[in-house]
This record gives sequence, C-alpha cells and structure tokens, in this order.
Amino acid sequence: MREWRYWFAEQRGTLLALGIFILMFIIYTSNHPAGLTANVVQTASNKGVLLAFVAMAQTLVVLTAGIDLSVGMIFILTNCLASWLVVGTGIETAFGVVAVLGTGALCGAINGAIVIFGRLQPIVTTIATGAIYFGIALLLRPFPGGSVNEHLADALTGKLFGVVPTSLVVLLAVVLVVWVPFSRSVLGRAAYAAGSSEIAAYMSGVPLLRAKFAAYTLAGTLAATGGLFLTFFTYTGEAALASGNAYTLFSIAAVVLGGVSLYGGRGSAIGAIFGALAFRTIGDLLFVFDFDPLWQPLFQGVVLLFAVSLGAFGLFRVRNRLDWFQ
Amino acid sequence: MNEAAPLLRMEGISKRYGGVRALEHADLSVSPGRIHAILGENGAGKSTLIKIMAGVVAPDEGRMTMDGHEVSFGSPAAANEAGIVCVFQELSLIPDLSVADNIVISDPPLRFGMIDRRAQRRIAEEALARAGASDIHPQALVKDLPLSRRQMVEIAKALARKPRILILDEATSALTATDVSRIFDVLKRLRSEGLALLYISHRMNEIEELADECTVFRNGSNVATYAAGSKTDNEVVEMMIGREYSHVFPPKSDRPKSDAAPVLECRKLSWTDRLNDISLSVRAGEVVGLGGLDGQGQRELLLAFFGVLRGLTGEILVNGKPASISSPAAAKQDEIGMALIPEDRKTEGLMLPMTVRENLSFTALDRVTKAGVIDRTAEQALIDDMVKLLAIKTAGLDIPVGALSGGNQQKVVIAKWLMRQPRIILLNDPTRGIDVGTKQEMYQLLRKLADAGAAIVFYSTDYDELIGCCDRVLVLYDGAIKRELVGDEITERALIASALNIEGEGAAMAGEARP
Repeated sequence: MREWRYWFAEQRGTLLALGIFILMFIIYTSNHPAGLTANVVQTASNKGVLLAFVAMAQTLVVLTAGIDLSVGMIFILTNCLASWLVVGTGIETAFGVVAVLGTGALCGAINGAIVIFGRLQPIVTTIATGAIYFGIALLLRPFPGGSVNEHLADALTGKLFGVVPTSLVVLLAVVLVVWVPFSRSVLGRAAYAAGSSEIAAYMSGVPLLRAKFAAYTLAGTLAATGGLFLTFFTYTGEAALASGNAYTLFSIAAVVLGGVSLYGGRGSAIGAIFGALAFRTIGDLLFVFDFDPLWQPLFQGVVLLFAVSLGAFGLFRVRNRLDWFQ
Repeated sequence: MNEAAPLLRMEGISKRYGGVRALEHADLSVSPGRIHAILGENGAGKSTLIKIMAGVVAPDEGRMTMDGHEVSFGSPAAANEAGIVCVFQELSLIPDLSVADNIVISDPPLRFGMIDRRAQRRIAEEALARAGASDIHPQALVKDLPLSRRQMVEIAKALARKPRILILDEATSALTATDVSRIFDVLKRLRSEGLALLYISHRMNEIEELADECTVFRNGSNVATYAAGSKTDNEVVEMMIGREYSHVFPPKSDRPKSDAAPVLECRKLSWTDRLNDISLSVRAGEVVGLGGLDGQGQRELLLAFFGVLRGLTGEILVNGKPASISSPAAAKQDEIGMALIPEDRKTEGLMLPMTVRENLSFTALDRVTKAGVIDRTAEQALIDDMVKLLAIKTAGLDIPVGALSGGNQQKVVIAKWLMRQPRIILLNDPTRGIDVGTKQEMYQLLRKLADAGAAIVFYSTDYDELIGCCDRVLVLYDGAIKRELVGDEITERALIASALNIEGEGAAMAGEARP
C-alpha cells in the first residue's frame, strides 16, 4: 500500500498528463468522422511526435532549472540541414543523419558551455544562440526547398504491420535509448539535483557541471531528432521563423502540462511527451467540432492555463509568506 | 592528552571575510575513537572551522595534516574522499529527490552504467537502520518530511559514506528527545568502531553525556581544550566570554516605564514548531532585546509581528487593541505604525541597483503622493531630513544604493522606515557586518527613538549590544522565552547561561553585576 503511494506521488505529474491526453484523444476520435482507424492514429502520431521530441529536449534543460529558448531554432536549423544532407545512397543518408544529429548536439553543447562556464542566464543565452541558429538555417535555405531520402522518410512516417505508426515506435525507442538511461545515470540524477537545490548538490559533491552540460547537449540532439522527422514529413527544408518560435513556446507549454516544474528538479520527459501529445490534440479537437481554426490559439491558451493552475495549489499551504518568493 | 596519534591536525588556521576576521591562528587536533566537542558563542569561528575542514571554504593561512600528510580540500567532494563527512546545520539534502536518492547521492551504486535502484534501496535501508531511523520510508520525498526526520536522513546520508571523521554541526537541534537518545547510541557505537567525531552543540547536557574532550572557541581562536567533565558549567561560560569591551553605549533612560501602557503585545503566540507559546509586551520608550543563540525563533517572532507568517495562533495587540496584521503592507499603515529592519539588507532591505533616493522613499511613497503622482518636492524634503538625521554619507542621491558602504546601506534601510515615523520598530540583528563607528551612531539613534516614544524590539547576536542598549532582554530557546532579564540582571554571564539553557547556576549568577 505504502509502496504504491510513493510511486504514485512520484508519477503524479506524468499520470495527470497521460489522463488529460487520453481524455482529449477519446473525445477527438469519437467525434472524428472516420473514428479510431489506423490512419487517424498515424496522422495524429506524426503530428504529435514533432512536438514530443522538442518537448523532451526542453524537459532536460528545465530539469536543471534552466530554460532553452533555442530548441525551436535548432529544430528548424536541423530541418534545413537534413534537406541538404539526408539524401542519396544508404551510406550517404546514414552519414547525413549522423551529421544532422551531431549538429544538434553541437548547438546544445554551445548553449551549455555558455550557460555553465560563461555563467550567463539560460534565457538570454538561448535567445541569442537561437537567433544565430536560425540565421544559419536561413543561409542554408533562403527559400523552401531541398529533398530527403524518400524511402527512409516513408518508412519512418508510415505504419508498422499496417497498424502501429512507425513514428511512435521511433519515439518509444528514443525514450528507451536516451531518456531511461539518462534519468537513471549519475549524470541524470545530478541534473535533477542541480535543478532542485544547487547548493545542496554542490555540498554533496555531485558532478553538477558535467550534468548540466550533458542536459543541454542531449537537448540539442533531441531537438535535431525532431528536425529530422520534420524533414521526413515535409520532404523539404524551410527556414520558417514562425514555426521555430511556435515550437519553442509550445515545448514549454507541453513541459508544464506534462508535470515538469519550471523551477527545476521535478518531472519526467515521459510526462512532457504526453503533455506534447495532449497539446497537439487540443488543436485537433477544434477541427472535429468544426470550429473556425481562428479559435485555436485562444482555446489552447485556456486549456493550458487550466492545467497549469492545477499545479499551483501548493502555494495555499505556504506558512511563511517569504517562501512565495523563493 | 591524546592517547592515540591525531588523525587530523589543523595548525594556525586563519580566515577573513572582507574586513571581518572569522578565524585567527586556530588549532585543533582530532583523534580516532574520540568524541570531541566544540563550544563557543555565536560568531566565535566554529562554523568557519568546520567549513574549512569539510572543503567548503579555503583558509587564508595555516596547514592541515591528515595521517601526518599535509592536505587541502578544494571542494566538499575532495574532503569526502579523504573520509571527512559533515552533517551541516543548514541541511544539504535535495528536496525533490527521495530519501534513498539522497542517501547515495555522492556515490550511487551502478549496474551497467546506470544507478542500481535495488542496491540503492538496500544501502539506504541499511544506513537508515544504522542511524536508528528505520521508520523513514526510503521512497519518500525529502521535501515531504518534517524537519526532525530530514535531520535523521542527513545523518544516515553521512553514515552511508563510511566516514573516518564525522562532523555534526548542531545536528540535533531539530530532533525529538527519542531521536537524540538513539543518535547518541549510534555515535557511541561509531566511537567504539574507531571513528573520530566532532560534535558542535549548544546543549551542555548533551556535551556532558557524549564528549571525551572539549575545545572552546572565542573570537576566532581556540582558547582552551580540556577533558570533558573536568570543568563546571560556570567555568565553561567564563571561557566563552572573556571579551574586552569595545562599544560605547548611550546612557539608558532612567525614568520608570512600568506604568506606561504597552504599545505592542502578544499572547500565547505559536507558529509551526518554531514559535512556542510566546507572550510579551513592549511599552513606549522601551528597548526590549531578544537574546539567545542564533535560530531559536527570534527571526520568526519578528516576522510574525510584521504579518509575514500564516497560520499563527495566539493574539497580537497594538495599543491594547487586538490587531490582525496580514502583510507588511498592513503592518506599516498608520493605525499599526510598525517597521521591520530586516536581517539581510542586501536582499530584504534594499533594491541594490536602484538609487539611494528611490530606496529611501519606498515605504513613504503614499505620504508624498498627490492624486497618484509623486510630489518630488515633498519627497525631497523628507529625504533631506533623513540624510541629515542619520548622517548618511553618499556621493549623491541618484547613485545606486549598492555603491554605498555597508554601514551607510544599513542607515538607508533604517532611514526609509523612519520616514513613516513608526511607533513600533523591530530590528533583526541590524549591526551585523558594519563598522564600529556606524554601530555607535545606531545605538545613539535607538535610544533617541525610544526616548521620543517608540517601542523597540531589538534582536542581536552580539551580547554586548543587548547589554548596552536594552532595558529588558528576553532570552529565547527552542522558540520559547526562557528568561526575562531586567536592568542590572542583563549581564554577559546571565545571557550566555540562559541562552545555553543552563538552569540553576545561570539563574544564581544573573544577579551579579558585570565587572
């Protein structure tokens, strides 16, 4: 009984996000003209995983009590890069994929190095580096265009055994290969510790700097994974400023919806993934109810505000008002 | 007097923070299989010594040897590696992680490069059992635990690191009596296993029960080391005092005040476990000191008056009428007329990047505002008065207040509250880290304000100040008023004895006049 309670307390944020997502998705599919078919799930999945990857990236940085406003731009930059590199023979394509992911990692590492060793604030640093990354994207693709290895693209955006969306399988694989080991490694724990109480972590002799650097670098890599998938869906690269900004802001929304604390130290990338899927479904709901798409931002805002207020109830329990400001 | 060769020896350690010297040529040697108690009053240098030993701060001079080899620790991790583990007074636990996560944080068990949760759980359970705290669930989040349980986790965490030297810095201050006796058994067992233990506590009875030897610190140096039990409490207090007098205080006003009606009163005030059934009253023209060791609830008491704490029980009366003060904004209104000079001027007192002018007029803006617009002339007049009254030395009113010296910054904090002509002035250790000259000016000012009819509550960690400035001193211990000292009863001996909660002897000494 007690065991179960502790597990539940730890996973509360993630479960809440899962619940919101399932609720939204049921409403969505039950009102969808086609109902719950493999195609509907595939489309939803393909749209959802893009934000899911970017939200995972955001989670890693937010856990260390930072914030990464460049994730959307890394996402766009790697999309443009992939539209040049992920082409040709199998070997060329493989090289391209590695180069794109490596670029993402490098972008994240630059963010991390500036924040950690330059001691600059993450918010300002990543606004600046984000602008630089977008600038490079614009140089790479002044006009939308390019191409991608279509065999690979179709394979990764299609269905496995005619039922399961491949993009969802890839997302699951990334969770298993990247998130699970990270969260259970010393570095991962140190990242949580850094976000929760940096002083206590330092006093406990935790590898703070390495953990933060790893978090930023992994974040860049995950954003690049998202960028790759964007290329697979669109077959082109486009340096779209609005899209980059939207992904950055939506990633923060998804993270909060997924139960990750913006103060750091609390939450999980899995929660953020459900947060991202739920956030995407909110947009689709309007479509099945035949609302004017103009309503979408307003509606998304209301739902987000509601979900975030659920997390703020703790403030009512504060006994010393000075704690509000800490 | 040590039978065994010392494990750690510190020689000639000095440390300064800015102009303040925290340690001056301090020596200490620690032997295996012994419990060594360290005593000293607030600011005697105990904490700095511990921090140097644990690799948190680096000494300016002096040398440390361990097993005869010279060592220096650049970080807490390095000290841990050498086997020195410290249970800090300010907790070093990470609130959002579980108890088990915290216990293994510096060296988690690995399996295929990942943290082995099962092994972690086992280590945590063992460590908790060793610390006598098996009632704590290893999966519980630290932030959900009450303070006393957290302290047990902190001790378990230290034990899990297999220390050779274990330092406990006020590690029992939040524990219940049962926990303390369990911890004592644990510590005695560790001693028999050959660990060296350093025990810092202000509870004399604990030291008596536990320690093999004691070292007394005063003014940043070790003044005596003796075998536990070879000195009386009286002699120990004597060793802890022995400071020369360096401050000049204005004469206390001699007119009787007992007939004046109290301006500020509280009855049976309690808040969580930090304030315990406190009743007091302060009259106009009176300076009432709050004494006791640091962290016994003095700060919380002032915050309670000032409307910062929620969930207070008991009653606060202003001018004889029950007052419900729900925030600092309410406390400063004219019908209450309260001002709080906070402890940390840099965070709670001033907006450092803003100008002297802006900082000075913040609290009184409503008085110089007409139809929502600040009347610059009226503001200027008020500011001029204050700068003159307090002799604030500044290159101009429009420079950032952060550019002033510490003493002048503190004057700005006081001035901004005096602009409202408060009738109740609460001061939280206002002279910490400021120069002697400014201190003296402040003592004069306090007396002047009291003579003009203000009721003053003055918390200070400096006993000289309490003796020199206060008409009465209330000594707090564990969130409750332990003793009230009036007039000539306020002596350093009486203050220290009651701060350490030594009954009997302390009370007997209280009547003696200060030499």
